[in-house]
Amino acid sequence: MKAVCWQGIGKVGVEHVPDPHIINPRDAVVRVTSTAICGSDLHLYNGYIPTVYRGDILGHEFMGEVVEVGSGVSNLSVGDRVVVPFPIACGNCFFCGTEQFSLCENSNPNAHIAEKMWGHSPAGIFGYSHMLGGYAGGQAEYVRVPFADVGPIKVPDTLTDEQVLFLSDVLPTGYMAAENCDIDEGDTVAVWGCGPVGLFAIASARLLGAGRIIAIDRFPERLRKAREAGAETLNYESTDVLSALKEMTGGRGPDACIDAVGMEAHMHGPIGAYDRVKQAMRLETDRPSALREAIMACRKGGTLSVPGVYGGLIDKIPFGAIVNKALKVKSGQTHVQHYMRPLLERIERGDIDPSFIVSHRLRLDDAPLAYEAFRDKEDDCIKVVMTP
Amino acid sequence: MSTQFTPGSEPDRSQSAPPRYVAEDEWYGTEAEYEYEDYGVTPMFEPRQLTQALGWFSIALGFTELVAPRALGRAIGVGEQPTLIRLCGVREIVSGIGMLSERYPSKWAMARVAGDAIDLALLGAATRQPDADRTRIALAASAVAGVAALDVFASRQLESVESAHAPVAIVAKAITINSSPETLYRFWRNLENFPRFMRHLEEVRMTGERTSHWVAKAPAGTRLEWDAEIVEDEASSRIAWRTLPGSSVEHEGVVSFEPAPAGRGTIVRVSMSYVPPAGKVGVQVAKLFGEEPGVQIDDDLRRMKQLIETGEIATTEGQPSGRRSVLGRTTLGRWLS
Repeated sequence: MKAVCWQGIGKVGVEHVPDPHIINPRDAVVRVTSTAICGSDLHLYNGYIPTVYRGDILGHEFMGEVVEVGSGVSNLSVGDRVVVPFPIACGNCFFCGTEQFSLCENSNPNAHIAEKMWGHSPAGIFGYSHMLGGYAGGQAEYVRVPFADVGPIKVPDTLTDEQVLFLSDVLPTGYMAAENCDIDEGDTVAVWGCGPVGLFAIASARLLGAGRIIAIDRFPERLRKAREAGAETLNYESTDVLSALKEMTGGRGPDACIDAVGMEAHMHGPIGAYDRVKQAMRLETDRPSALREAIMACRKGGTLSVPGVYGGLIDKIPFGAIVNKALKVKSGQTHVQHYMRPLLERIERGDIDPSFIVSHRLRLDDAPLAYEAFRDKEDDCIKVVMTP
Repeated sequence: MSTQFTPGSEPDRSQSAPPRYVAEDEWYGTEAEYEYEDYGVTPMFEPRQLTQALGWFSIALGFTELVAPRALGRAIGVGEQPTLIRLCGVREIVSGIGMLSERYPSKWAMARVAGDAIDLALLGAATRQPDADRTRIALAASAVAGVAALDVFASRQLESVESAHAPVAIVAKAITINSSPETLYRFWRNLENFPRFMRHLEEVRMTGERTSHWVAKAPAGTRLEWDAEIVEDEASSRIAWRTLPGSSVEHEGVVSFEPAPAGRGTIVRVSMSYVPPAGKVGVQVAKLFGEEPGVQIDDDLRRMKQLIETGEIATTEGQPSGRRSVLGRTTLGRWLS
């Protein structure tokens, strides 16, 4: 089959690899019909996530048709149309029992690497480094899906691929980011980053009762989409975000702040240069300028919600502001399995149509071009969907 | 006189008997007391305190030699030798830091003994200098000799304590599993289940109600076989086993099952000790082959948990991948690919 493989920093290629097959009883094999490139795939592409090696198959946002099921999977049959969540979860452990699926204790065969990095290991993730399991990803014609009796959700034929594909990651991720804000009716929520996760966080905050949403980015097309989703927007290239937010909120600051940017934030001036140099010299792993700004902007007693991916160590975080302003901090990889069903119902009811984020539709063969365009935000690239 | 040791460096190897059984309260954090007589040494000082004292003395002397070599030279009667005294100061500081770092303290104490010998030789040579004050030099030399005696004593004492510990590897690990103590006890009581999650075991065969025959994969494709017996067996709570006398491997283990708080499953605690083949060399060889006991037990327990909770062991072995780099999973492979 064809699969998108990591070939080095800034380089992916479509290679011919053997077809996957059932290894464990609870596996299934899915023929991919649609797969997307996630913003977090760019962290792999740009070489900022360790333990990604040449030949690794990428991709954790995918859906398709079940073509083979293991003897331990009774709730799926060949021919089912399914969306697969990006974290792999067993459904049996303490964390799965409390619906914290991205913290599954049993799905990462390389847990010892993650434990060295973070003290404990989270769940394994498709196509997202060896420290998160080393599982072959979904930017391919076929994927082996472990614990297939727990993760994949069947979707009705009345909905298109583009309407349901994002249940695999970015829609639940944006939704969980908004839910983590504990929004009270009429709250003001500020969102850093208007990529797919930021846009879904905006839409979700609206659904959850936010009175006012302020979105921050620098790309005009993303800001336009944020306005369509119901946000007021700030372009951080032409505005001083901190004073603008203070002024817009009568001096108090947003009730909740969402960092939907993560480890490769851009920032101008000396602070931005400082982080770029330190990250390039491997003196810090992540560039946290959006996070710093969100902490400083947040109202006293407010909530900081971090769906953006951070991998390791960050510098010059104003932790004093978190303590002295009594901020609540919520984060985590998304517990996708927990959100898929209610969000599918919302899609079926027409509360939200996630396909509005798609900007590019390409063939799997065009993956190298797609990664490049997405990284450079060429041609207003917001979300790429590929079909094998 | 007694002192405290943390588990992991502890077992009594004074006799040729198999490793002492490790009691439960010695596994996690609780420090156990051991009599010095166990090691055949009657101490005048607690070795750790002596090491620390000598370490700080070394640093203080080295610092003085470094910043005031001329004053010191006059005090001990050797006259103007600033460069030589400064070099001695650097040596003193290095060996002092070495002793305080508590890694291989006996080696560092030996380094101090060698330093003392150099000092005495230099003092002897200094008596032939025109500006030498022989009375002062004699006083300094007797002080150095006194310290040297302490250094020799410390290094010997440390060495005997260290070698009493070295050849036994002990690992103690705990994991929480979503299952009942009864189920887990039954799973462990059939030792034949071990190879299902202990990667280095090829086979365990029960040869009687309490006896078993073990076959393990050893480094470099060889095999180790031994016989063991269950020495403690408390239903739903605890199992201990050890190798039979005369086995090629000295190994023992104990596992206990205790309900986790608030009905959150069972805490399984495992402690194993064994004498690796060929003592220290065996550990080195084992490390070379990635068979480090601590990491291995961790991974084994994780696989056991997966097996009990999910019915299978998570793996990616056998899945497809693209062309790999000749440098494999290395940082260089990441950058050069």
